[in-house]
Formats: sequence, structure tokens, C-alpha cells
Amino acid sequence: MTETTEKCSVPAVGITGITKRFGDVVAVDNIDLSIADGEFFALLGPSGCGKTTTLRMIGGLDFPTEGSLRIFGDEVGTLPPNKRPVNTVFQNYALFPHMNVLENVGFGLKMQKVNKSDIAARSRQALDMVQLGHLAERRPTQLSGGQQQRVALARALVNEPKVLLLDEPLGALDLKLRQEMQLELKTLQRELGITFVFVTHDQEEALTMSDRIAVMDSGKLLQVAEPEAIYERPANRFVADFIGNTNLLEGTVADSTTVVLANGSRVEASSDHAAGTKVAVSLRPERAYCHEVGGAPSAHSTIDGKIRGTTYLGNAVVYRVALDWMELDVREENRPGMAKFEQWQEVTVSWDPSAVAVVAD
Amino acid sequence: MSSTQQMRGTTKWALNLNAVLVYLFFYAPIFLLVVYSFSNDNLVGRWGGFTFNWYREFAANDEVQTALSVSIKVAIISTLVSVVLGTLAALALERATFRGQRIFDALLYLPIIIPDVTMAVMMLLFFTQGINLLDSWFGIRLSKGVTTVTLSHIAFSISFVSIVVRARLDGMNQKLEEAAQDLYASRLQAFRYVTLPQIMPGIAGGALLALTLSLDDVVITQFVAGPGSTTLPVYVFGLIRRGVSPLINAVSVVMLAISVSLVLLSLILQRTRSGADAA
Ligand SMILES: Nc1ncnc2c1ncn2[C@@H]1O[C@H](COP(=O)(O)OP(=O)(O)O)[C@@H](O)[C@H]1O
Ligand SMILES: [Mg+2]
Repeated sequence: MTETTEKCSVPAVGITGITKRFGDVVAVDNIDLSIADGEFFALLGPSGCGKTTTLRMIGGLDFPTEGSLRIFGDEVGTLPPNKRPVNTVFQNYALFPHMNVLENVGFGLKMQKVNKSDIAARSRQALDMVQLGHLAERRPTQLSGGQQQRVALARALVNEPKVLLLDEPLGALDLKLRQEMQLELKTLQRELGITFVFVTHDQEEALTMSDRIAVMDSGKLLQVAEPEAIYERPANRFVADFIGNTNLLEGTVADSTTVVLANGSRVEASSDHAAGTKVAVSLRPERAYCHEVGGAPSAHSTIDGKIRGTTYLGNAVVYRVALDWMELDVREENRPGMAKFEQWQEVTVSWDPSAVAVVAD
Repeated sequence: MSSTQQMRGTTKWALNLNAVLVYLFFYAPIFLLVVYSFSNDNLVGRWGGFTFNWYREFAANDEVQTALSVSIKVAIISTLVSVVLGTLAALALERATFRGQRIFDALLYLPIIIPDVTMAVMMLLFFTQGINLLDSWFGIRLSKGVTTVTLSHIAFSISFVSIVVRARLDGMNQKLEEAAQDLYASRLQAFRYVTLPQIMPGIAGGALLALTLSLDDVVITQFVAGPGSTTLPVYVFGLIRRGVSPLINAVSVVMLAISVSLVLLSLILQRTRSGADAA
């Protein structure tokens, strides 16, 4: 490996074997993670899984109990936060209430002893970047949630950090504003080229925004991959269930291309689990189809059942199909000519065998 | 409908009456005190025409003047010291974890629940022993006086200051300090630029409380005072025993005026602070 490629491959954040304990609680459990320079990286998982703790360790607000943490190759494990080239957008913004917007934004520069006129100029510039130039003299309490969020962003970015950490930055915003900000954040990140590490418990947000996603549960890292891979090829049952909606059909691996479902039927599903492994076949509702009994394409795997309920979503209809041993959701897009089914009608559910994923625990 | 309205009317009327009575109860004595401090009569409660005599005597009386200056000196020093120590104690309890924190927490508030007389006896005993020990071990000769009075005032003020500051610290968002550190502030800078401005109203309130407590105290001061350390309240107390003259009315009005000015001052300070912040 040559000198130059070596340099390019230094990760923005390199985490090796990091564990964080609070007394008996293991908040983060021996994780390894490498975040590339310029990446938009999401830490995704349910509440309490250790996302914030991981982020705080990168920022220096918590120190790892064990393991090594590098930022652009430099070990920072127990360096205090003010000695790291990293800034944070806090969960509830944590703006300083006794300073106005401009003073909030300039705080980091003031602490770095930048001269006064530069502080003013750069702070104004950062505020303009988030379109809040006109509110510079306001108090944080006089701003809406969305505006506070932008101030927090400007306050962090004005310092030109090498890595920006964001802890559920959009969590407190309503849906419409949230979607707007998702787009804006993404655009900003592309323009600035700064590495963003973004914590969220919202899988849709993670899928929309990130280059790569790390899924966490109970302090453990379950899968790190691009959004598409996470959705299409979940590493285990938890990831399949947590990302999007899915039907998990319990079964046992028979061979590399066949799974025997809990009702005894054999379906085609390729996996590299050993024969006899307890698995679930993850079938996404939008990958399944409902037909009149016997009307399924011959290449499809099928299961027969009865319509138990219908949910009308406008752009789609979700049928809940009762089998003898479980229930399945099937999502049909609301296109002209969409097949309609009655309550308790007998139907055949089918899917393309290549559209399912086999997941173990 | 109309009966509830009537009830509401009655309730309102009763509440108003209550307010009037309470205020009357509070302010009538003050009103009387101020009025009779201008009474030209040698009896405390008799009106003998308007005069400034008692205030003239107040200004001319050396004992009163000395007592006043002792009071002010003790109040200022004990306030400064107890504000610093009380704030540090509050910070230690709210922001740090250390062995024996619970016990320290409980002990810190002891002076508030201990009766004044008990505290006074404790202090007296402590100072007597301490002075003897200093004398016999190091040959340092100390006697009861302004120093012992000031030390006692510091001792009972710390608890009050730390309670007030702690309440403020407790209400403050701790994430702010983390945000400051994330923005390149050292721990000291985070304290100076974020924590301190946030808890300033608490510190000012605590200081005011300490000042008032010091200016007010009779019981403890009387026990630990020595020659030359008579404070104004102790002096007034002594006057009563010696037979009352309307001079004590004038002295009391002056003390009242000082207290009221302190409160006003703190209000003005807080207002200009927030005014400056808004600009
Ligand atoms: N300062 C702390 N003291 C004790 N336990 C903590 C502390 N911070 C976090 N935890 C625990 O660690 C786990 C992970 O917390 P956190 O990282 O905040 O999760 P998330 O951000 O994913 O919701 C939780 O069980 C939480 O209760
Ligand atoms: Mg969190």
C-alpha cells in the first residue's frame, strides 16, 4: 500500500473495541466502526440502544470504558471535548439563553481566541448560510423550534469542524419542517464536504439521508451498510423488523435454497445459514401480491389465506391476510385496475423468491 | 348558574378582605414606627408634635454610630465570604460526585434547622475553646470581637446562600455546560461564560439573604460579641433594657430603610442586567 492511498483511507472516525459502562449498565458494548471522510453517517436504533452515548464519546463528553477512538488517525480517547476538532448539534439544541443568536454562534470562535472582527464576520456568514441573518439580535427563546435548530447548526458549523455530530437534530420538529430540514441538511453536508455523524431513531429519516447506516440495539452494532443493503439484505431479524415494515415467516433452513416454514410448506429462499437453523423469511408487504385463489404467477412462491382486514392509505391499500398460523400484510399500490378483495375472501398470496431475505436471530 | 356567580362574588370579596387585612397587619406597625420616630415626646408611643430630634441624636450618638459601622462591616465581609463558600458548596453538591457527598449535603443544612440559641451557645463554646487553645499552643492572644461575630455570621449564612444557588443550578440545563465545552471552552471558561451568568440571579439572591440575615441577627451576635463589636440590632436590644427612648424608633427606621434599599437595589441590578442582555 502506497503512502498516498494510506492517507486517503484514514477514517474520519475510527472506533475499535469500544465499550462504555455506567455502573452495571452496558450502554455501548464492544463496537467497531469506521466512518469515512465526507460521509453522511447515521446511527440508528430504538431509544436506549446507546446511540447518544456513542456520539458523546466521539465528542468527548463521555469517555470510553474500554477501546480506542481515533479522529483522522489521532487517538482522542480521553481528550476533553474542547481539544477535539469536532462539534455537536445537541438534541434540544442547548442554545445559551443569556446570549443573543449572534453571540451564540460566535461563542466557539471566541473561545478559540479568534479576533473580534473575524468572529463577527464569520458568525454573520454562518447565520446567512442557515438563512437567519435577519434574526442575529434575537434571544434563542424568541425563536421557533426550526429556527433554534438552525442556530444550533450555525453555532457548530462556524467552527469548521472536521466532524459534525448531530443528536436527533430534527426530533423536535413537526413532520413538514422535518422533511424540509432533512433535504437542507443533506445539501449542506454535500456542499461543505464535512463528515456528519447523525443519530436518529427514525428509520425513514436514516434511509433518506445517509450514505451509510449503523443499526444498533442494546449497545451492540448489528449491521453497518448502505441504506439499500440494510433494507434489502438485513443482517438479522432485528434489523429486518426495525427497518421498514415486514412479515416474518418463521421456519427452518432445509438447504441453501429452501426454507421449511412453520406450517410445513417449503418455500424457495436462498441463504448461507446451515441446514436446521431456525430462521425467519422476511417478506416486505410491498413485495407480496394478493390473487384470487390459484391466480398466482407460476414462478412465485405462494401461501393461501383469507382477507381479514383492509387498510386504505390513499396511495395504497394494505390487506391483512389470515393464514392458519399467522397473519401477513400485503400492500397493493393504488393503481388503476388494482385488484380488490372482500372481507373473508379466500386469496393466494405470492411473491418472487428473490424478493425475500432470510434472517436468523 | 347565578348561584355560582354569587358564590364567586362572595369568594372574591372574602379574598379581597383577606388581602387588605394581611397588608394592614404587615404595614400598620411599620407606619406607626415611622410616624413615632418623628414624635417630639420622651415616651415611645406618644405623639408630641413633629421633630427631627431623634434622627439628630442618632447622627450625634457615638455608640449608635459605632454599632452601625460594626454592623455594616460585619455584614459586608460575612456576605462576601459566605457567597463564595456557599456557591462553591452548591457547585460541589450539584456538579461533582465525591465520597461522603450525602453526608456533606445533610450537614450543610444543619445551621438552618438548629435553633438560634443552640447555635449561639455552640459558637460561644467553640470560640472560647478555640481562643484558649490558640493562646496555650501558639501564644496567640485573641478575644471575642468583630472577628468572632463575622465568623459566626459566615457560618450561618453559607447554608442559606448554598440553598438558593443550588435551586438555580438545579433548574439550569446541564447540557449548556457541555455545549460550551464542545465549543472549545475549558471547564473554567464554561463556568465563567455559561454557568455563572445562568446562576447569577441565585447568587445575588443568596447575597441579599446573607446581608439581611447578618444585619438582623441578635441572638448569636450577642453571645459571641465582645467589647467594641456591638452591632446595631444588639445595641437596640440593649436600649430596651435600659429604658426605652424614641431613639430606638429612629434607629429602627434607619435599619428598615437599609433593608428596603437593599431589596430595591437587587431589583434594579437584576433589571439592568436583563436590559443589558436584551441589547
Ligand atoms: N449518564 C448515564 N448514567 C447511567 N446510565 C446511562 C447514562 N447515559 C446513558 N445511560 C444508559 O445507557 C443506555 C444507552 O443510552 P443512550 O446512549 O442515551 O441511548 P439512545 O441515545 O440510543 O436512546 C441506556 O440504557 C441509558 O439508560
Ligand atoms: Mg439519545
